[in-house]
Amino acid sequence: MSLTSEDVQRIAQLARLELSSSEQDVLLRQLNDFFGIVEQMRSVDTRGVEPLYTPLSTIQEVALRLRDDAVTELDQREANQRSAPAVEAGLFLVPRVIE
Amino acid sequence: MSGMNSSELHQLGVVELARLLDQRQVSSVELTRHLLGRIAGSTDLGAFLAVDEDVALAQAAAADAWRSRGIGGPAHTLLGVPLAHKDIFVTRDFPSTAASKMLDSYRSPFDATVVSQLAQAGAVTLGKLNCDEFAMGGANENSAYAVARNPWNRERIAGGSSGGSAVAVAARLLPAATGTDTGGSVRQPAALNGITGIKPTYGRCSRYGMIAFASSLDQAGPMARSALDCAHLLQAMSGFDARDSTSADQPVPDFVAATIAQRDGASTAQPLKGLRIGLPREFFGEGVSADVLAATRSALTELEKLGATLVEVSLPRTELSIPVYYIIAPAEASSNLSRFDGVRYGHRAETYKDLNDLYRKSRSEGFGPEVKRRIMIGTYVLSHGYYDAYYLQAQKLRRMIADDFQAAFQQCDLIAGPVAPTVARPIGSQHDPVAEYLADIFTLPASLAGLPGISVPAGFGAEGLPVGLQLIGNYWQEGALLHASHALQQATDWHRKAPAGT
Repeated sequence: MSLTSEDVQRIAQLARLELSSSEQDVLLRQLNDFFGIVEQMRSVDTRGVEPLYTPLSTIQEVALRLRDDAVTELDQREANQRSAPAVEAGLFLVPRVIE
Repeated sequence: MSGMNSSELHQLGVVELARLLDQRQVSSVELTRHLLGRIAGSTDLGAFLAVDEDVALAQAAAADAWRSRGIGGPAHTLLGVPLAHKDIFVTRDFPSTAASKMLDSYRSPFDATVVSQLAQAGAVTLGKLNCDEFAMGGANENSAYAVARNPWNRERIAGGSSGGSAVAVAARLLPAATGTDTGGSVRQPAALNGITGIKPTYGRCSRYGMIAFASSLDQAGPMARSALDCAHLLQAMSGFDARDSTSADQPVPDFVAATIAQRDGASTAQPLKGLRIGLPREFFGEGVSADVLAATRSALTELEKLGATLVEVSLPRTELSIPVYYIIAPAEASSNLSRFDGVRYGHRAETYKDLNDLYRKSRSEGFGPEVKRRIMIGTYVLSHGYYDAYYLQAQKLRRMIADDFQAAFQQCDLIAGPVAPTVARPIGSQHDPVAEYLADIFTLPASLAGLPGISVPAGFGAEGLPVGLQLIGNYWQEGALLHASHALQQATDWHRKAPAGT
């Protein structure tokens, strides 16, 4: 199975990347090279094997930890917005979404 | 300064510096100034992305003030010891860029837990260290700012992704540094620069404030010139953190004590008596260059002389770890890096038509080629219709790889092998990203399994370039890795070798 340039455009759109046509050409070749080495993985029989989403569950039960539903953070709006590209009145600015 | 020739201070490791600081033979301010001078004279190495003399000297003065109040001794080894952080850890006092244009001059509102724990222990931070962009790479050629250069031969790669950390420690700009390891990023640059670096068990060090690459793999780890120095840093870096959802609530042993402890039934001449070291036959095949194999075997011979027994084991899915890792890590990366949208922080394009265009242009301008490649792979394998065939299959194989380790540990206490198939290659000599991925083959299996691994100097290969020996332990067995490495370093002097001119 090989990816096509349409696939690359579709993936770029999903990933919110804008790729020049030369970038797309290079990526198409590199992604197909990459999926070449992935083929050996696809043929392994893994029926009945539990996926290992987090490594410690190799040896123990791992449950997602819950915390009390309580406010623990202080108001750090100013510090958190210091590196924002565009801020006004404590709000992040984006281009108009609804006309 | 009394009694200490300042021209040699940079040759000393963490433990030796702590002794001098304790004995008032040198102050942290003097030591910090000395290393800042060396850093300023070594900018061609590309080790640092940021240095702040004022911040560093203020921290050093504070450490000196504590010591003048009688704080010191073995419980405060790091007090006043200078180090620096890989620029994957966010810091309030320095920019945090992940070596990406995306985060050019970004300032974090908080410190990573590892950063604050080391600061709490009194370590002095001189700056931030170069690495591959978002820790994606094995050569430090993917930094958006500078290529880090190997001090053993400046035309050779530093390794990566913690390349700047390894270069700074090897070139005697710092006694120790932090790194992060997702698929080998502490161990491989440690090996290529002739220093010691340990990746602890997944969950041992908090990931809070580590700019996320692949969350089920990322771990922090110390890099220094000896296993004992690494033990001191790891002690301060470890521990449960409620702010990291996968931090393990696991007791932290005394790593320093474990490093220097005497094994039951062992002797001074045979400190590793009774230790069984497994050699996976898949790690010693034709994929390893002859010089690396020879150095690895000579280190294993030393371990044998120290009393260890070598046994053959098998990790049959070693080769599969490459596609498995390069499916899982990019999948997690594509998800993690979706936060860079040009809205809350990071690069924003100058012109755009609408919100979607803002996302696309900002991300395309901000990310470098390797990051884009991995985002594309990750997006594809998570997309509708491909998830089961790629991502789910990779996660199932990941369990099989982890189970293979558990089977091997039935026959041995530690596993040993090479870290990288070759010594550091020339800068700019690899243009095929997939071929570059293949070179990670010996570090990926332990990463996928979440096991601790260490790289210790094992002599030299082609062109006099360093080779590292990798030791892998079972979960939570960092102490055993440090112990065996320390025993090796007591019997050999590979880790004391310095690049010419340092």
